Amino acid sequence: MEVVRDVVKPIIAGFGITRRRLAHKKVTIMYPEEKRQQYPRTRWRHVLTRYESGLERCIGCSLCAGACPARCIYVQASENTDAERYSPGERYAVRYEINMIRCIFCGYCQEACPTGAIVLRNDFELANYRREDFIFTKEMLLEPMPLQ
Amino acid sequence: MPKRLETVVLHDSSTPVFGDIEKGGSVIVTTFDTVLNQIRANSLFPLTFGLACCAIEMMSTAGSRFDISRFGMEAFRASPRQADLMIIAGRLSKKMAPVLRQIYDQMPEPKFVISMGACASSGGVYNNYAIVQGADQVVPVDVYVPGCPPSPDALLYGILKLQDKIKKGHSPKHFKDLRVIETTPRVIEKVEF
Repeated sequence: MEVVRDVVKPIIAGFGITRRRLAHKKVTIMYPEEKRQQYPRTRWRHVLTRYESGLERCIGCSLCAGACPARCIYVQASENTDAERYSPGERYAVRYEINMIRCIFCGYCQEACPTGAIVLRNDFELANYRREDFIFTKEMLLEPMPLQ
Repeated sequence: MPKRLETVVLHDSSTPVFGDIEKGGSVIVTTFDTVLNQIRANSLFPLTFGLACCAIEMMSTAGSRFDISRFGMEAFRASPRQADLMIIAGRLSKKMAPVLRQIYDQMPEPKFVISMGACASSGGVYNNYAIVQGADQVVPVDVYVPGCPPSPDALLYGILKLQDKIKKGHSPKHFKDLRVIETTPRVIEKVEF
């Protein structure tokens, strides 16, 4: 009788928990095939946005570089001319680089930007093999031209 | 009617496969190294090496929502002798660096290193005297995962990148191929514009 009390009953009780758990919803996200929905304010990879006209929003003011706590943004500005116009204002960023591996995705650059040029979107697949590949240049960060 | 067999073409496209690939062959010929690399990639044993807040995300990756065991990695080993993958999760201080190196040396070959997070990969915001500016100054790093901290899916992406690397045969084949610390400084090309 002790066998039933000490061995069989606990085993049945234990499998009872397993049986109840089987009815629960499965929590695992099968990552490479299925991606979880990111939260609306998720901060991941930066994007330099454009106006609807195709002009860049960035005016090369370096406020993002000043706000960055990790000092991972480098901006070099240059003057717009009528022949070569990149942004609506006087100046544009001729060189815009982010060291993505030093960046801590705090979003201060987004807060500091007066024109809303730099935004942090939700592309999190950034891992890579070489450290040199993490210097994201302006060409990599810029949004593609809007469809005319 | 015989059951139709799916042809499994391993990573190497030059691997000869007997039988019609479109119809589904039944014989696969491959090199022993390819099979070995597949086994290595799908049974990595990570070392518990959480140094800071990134470790919380690493633990979360092992949890049921992101479930690292789908990639054959659920056995986090506390002993370096039983681990092949070191996930450096967190800032690496200069006091910790010799310990990290010793633990890395104690791991059996082939061994792989993932540098998780901004601090382990480059120092992050801690550009000061106490933190090693990148764990690759101490151990050779295979995959860098940016983020502060990287979310579990970002770490899983890094792990998948590492598995890709191993499957493509980047494991050392000869004693000469074993990785050593870089002794020469890196030359980063000047960007012309």
